[in-house]
Amino acid sequence: MNKKVLIKLFLSTLYLSAFTFGGGYVIVTLMKNKFVDECHWIEEKEMLDLVAIAQSAPGAIAVNGAIVVGYKLAGIIGVLVATVATVIPPFLIISVISVFYTLFRENRFIAYILDGMQAGVGAVIASVSIQMGFGIVKENKISFVIMAAVFVMSLYFKINIIYIILLCILIGVIKTLVQAGKKAL
Amino acid sequence: MIYLKLFISFLKIGAFSFGGGYAAMPLIESEVVNTNHWLSAAEFGDLITISQMTPGPIAINSATFVGIRIAGIFGAMAATFGCILPALILVTVIAWLYTKYQKLSMLQSILAVLRPAVVAMIAISGVKILMQAFGLDMLTIKSIRLHMIVIFFVCMILLIKYNKNPITVMVFAGVLNLLYNVLTD
Repeated sequence: MNKKVLIKLFLSTLYLSAFTFGGGYVIVTLMKNKFVDECHWIEEKEMLDLVAIAQSAPGAIAVNGAIVVGYKLAGIIGVLVATVATVIPPFLIISVISVFYTLFRENRFIAYILDGMQAGVGAVIASVSIQMGFGIVKENKISFVIMAAVFVMSLYFKINIIYIILLCILIGVIKTLVQAGKKAL
Repeated sequence: MIYLKLFISFLKIGAFSFGGGYAAMPLIESEVVNTNHWLSAAEFGDLITISQMTPGPIAINSATFVGIRIAGIFGAMAATFGCILPALILVTVIAWLYTKYQKLSMLQSILAVLRPAVVAMIAISGVKILMQAFGLDMLTIKSIRLHMIVIFFVCMILLIKYNKNPITVMVFAGVLNLLYNVLTD
């Protein structure tokens, strides 16, 4: 087992988790940034597969994302290292805040900073989405249609993500069967 | 025994919260407020506010917050462990299956459909954060916050053109908003 990978996995995940404001997709985006673009430990396509796995199981996306990335990089030990690193920051922060939370809640300066960070978080997700979106568009037309359809189904028609994932799986199965059928003819 | 009770209660939350984040809220509320009376409705509201202001998944934040208030730091550990255990097992098994059967043509075509869907889901999470940050979720012209839109574009330039670290950009956005509010007050 490569110790260097484990240490880097632990420290990166710890650091990213401490800045996961705005939900699980933020850490997934930051992880993609770190492990795909910076370290080149995971391929972009594989990262999307891992996110799909994280999304289709119960539990928080941030934790599930850490589990799949940890598993991909270092097996079971990687899972434990990445999960512990993801849980430590919120655990410590909430432990401290639970003692004097009224003070924290009513501090104007903290509120302004956190409010402004939303625009930054949105920009991080937007830039990664644009970059990955272009990759999808270049790949083929069908992928672009799927991307656009999911976007509309979820954002405008508010269809539950679980049903969308199940539908995608169904389409994939039908596609394979049709191709197998063509070959048999 | 209170540790076991906390563990089991959050085990349920971890096992049945599909879709992550806000989808888990009703389940957490029913366990923590209605069934076990660990928090009052007002305290639960505080918990949600704090969760929005701090990093980390809402389920982990709740586990830590409730655990520490009911049974101290060990209570927080028992609840947090319960919360992540189902994902730890299930997601690891799926990740293992994925690495083992990655090459299967059936799984390949399912993943080919899922990948663009995942990109769309990531993009949607960004759109939702930005709508709220820009004040567009109210659907009135008056509520639009121009300075947040400016901060967003500054962040986009820093990210895409200058390749700045995403976390630096996020913190920078927070500081910009603080300055804006202090100067205009």
